[in-house]
Amino acid sequence: MAYRRRVLPGFGLSLGYALAYLGLIVLLPMAALAWQAALDVGGWLRLVHTPRTLAALKLSFGGAVAAALFNVLAGLLVTWVLVRYRFAGRRLFDALVDLPFALPTAVAGIALTAVYAPNGWVGQYLAPLGITVAYTPLGVWVAMVFVGFPYVVRTLQPVLETLDRDVEEAAESLGATRVQTFVRVIAPALAPTLLTGFALAMARAVGEYGSVIFIAGNIPMRSEIAPLLIVQKLEQFDYAGAAALGTVMLAFSLLLLVAVSLLQRWSGRWAERAA
Amino acid sequence: MSAPTSSRPLPWRRRLLRGALVALVMVFMAALVLLPLAAVFVEALRKGVVAFAVAVAQPETRASIRLTLLVAVIAVPLNLVFGVAAAWAMTRFQFRGKALLGAFIDLPFSVSPVVAGLVYVLLFGAPGWFGPWLSAHGITLIFAVPGLVLATVFVTLPFVARELIALMQAQGSEEEEAARTLGASGWQMFFRVTLPNIRWALLYGVLLCNARAMGEFGAVSVVSGHIRGLTTTMPLEVEMRYNEYDYMGAFAVASLLGLLALVTLVVKALLEWRYGHELAARTARGH
Repeated sequence: MAYRRRVLPGFGLSLGYALAYLGLIVLLPMAALAWQAALDVGGWLRLVHTPRTLAALKLSFGGAVAAALFNVLAGLLVTWVLVRYRFAGRRLFDALVDLPFALPTAVAGIALTAVYAPNGWVGQYLAPLGITVAYTPLGVWVAMVFVGFPYVVRTLQPVLETLDRDVEEAAESLGATRVQTFVRVIAPALAPTLLTGFALAMARAVGEYGSVIFIAGNIPMRSEIAPLLIVQKLEQFDYAGAAALGTVMLAFSLLLLVAVSLLQRWSGRWAERAA
Repeated sequence: MSAPTSSRPLPWRRRLLRGALVALVMVFMAALVLLPLAAVFVEALRKGVVAFAVAVAQPETRASIRLTLLVAVIAVPLNLVFGVAAAWAMTRFQFRGKALLGAFIDLPFSVSPVVAGLVYVLLFGAPGWFGPWLSAHGITLIFAVPGLVLATVFVTLPFVARELIALMQAQGSEEEEAARTLGASGWQMFFRVTLPNIRWALLYGVLLCNARAMGEFGAVSVVSGHIRGLTTTMPLEVEMRYNEYDYMGAFAVASLLGLLALVTLVVKALLEWRYGHELAARTARGH
């Protein structure tokens, strides 16, 4: 290390600049938020513990879990087909997976509403079946699936690409059925990656704002998400209330961040052991 | 083990299953991704090209386009310089707390955009920590352009750094050490060795950073104050028109952002196809 530091220049400059920048842009503002809540924990709890806030938190977290669960299943299917099969338009579909990353959330929000509103492209055929997507919790879920979907595919894809097919072939030559091979050989190898994808998709969905608020309809106690409540509190100059709710969301983000890094360490060890 | 499985003709039942799975994936992606994308452009052109052109040519729209470009032009280079500095420190030196620094760099990706905007309001808004001092000195950050830039810098901070850290970690430092041993100065080494080695990854990071900077909604919405023509970026203009029941106008502005997303995806695919080996491995990249 001493040798390297002597040969390569710029340690102090690059680290100092990075720390100062990160401190000013990210850490100082985050600390301000946490400080605000820590000053008055009792008041903070009281602000969060109202029926409307609890309903919004329940929808944000419940919807995010449901969307991430669905995304793990759908993402596994899509990744499997993209990695293992060759078909016309495969590269196009592969590129389209990234669209939710690239499309601004407000654009995604009004587009999803145009498709799934009761008089929309798809919504008009769902309405006679009694299925209302837009302006219900189901609409919130659809938007959360949309924004979280690429995380699962892009996490899973490199792992599935490098998965050793010899093991599968060995299992099959030893008489395992396709289903047995999947459950006993493939699924365990993918488990840590699937969990990482789940956590990433969920983290995104919990805090998602732009793509959700248009399709949600934002009916209090029914289809109102927690980030929207923060915005509303700010608009009413209820800074303490906004800070309290923001702290809950921030604490959860930090928890998920720790979970993801632990999962990635775990899957790294997993890969080493398999190699 | 005998011949590989793939050289045997597949039994018809498995071929049928494959076909069904491919069809299922196509239907799913059409419903989730293709239809909304098509909706953006169809709704924008619903009343014809002329109405579309009129909506885009309105002064508010043009002001929002200018503001979006301005915010991106400031935020992206800031995060580019940060990304290079952070990647250099993280991949070329050993120091305590490196893992923690890496986690903090990733933090903006896991924070709700609304919370990202909120923290700046709490710091610099009228009742915030620095609010009284700022207003005493006649400085407005919140509900003004500097606030938009700050919020955008926050949410786009990790893009360049992440890409470069992954790539420079994989490349190692042998070439740079050689340049130094041969007598190159620090900056000579950086511009002649490091920069050429990371240029495509840098472009890749900038591309994603820019797409997010121009399309960011939640964080800028909180700090904007929605002052028409002054603090409304394009995504905010979409929202305001939509809420005013000017659907066609909303979709007209949205279609411009949709085009930006498509161009981003095409350039991204080109970079991955042409310079894939000079980009970081495709692992859990996100966003």
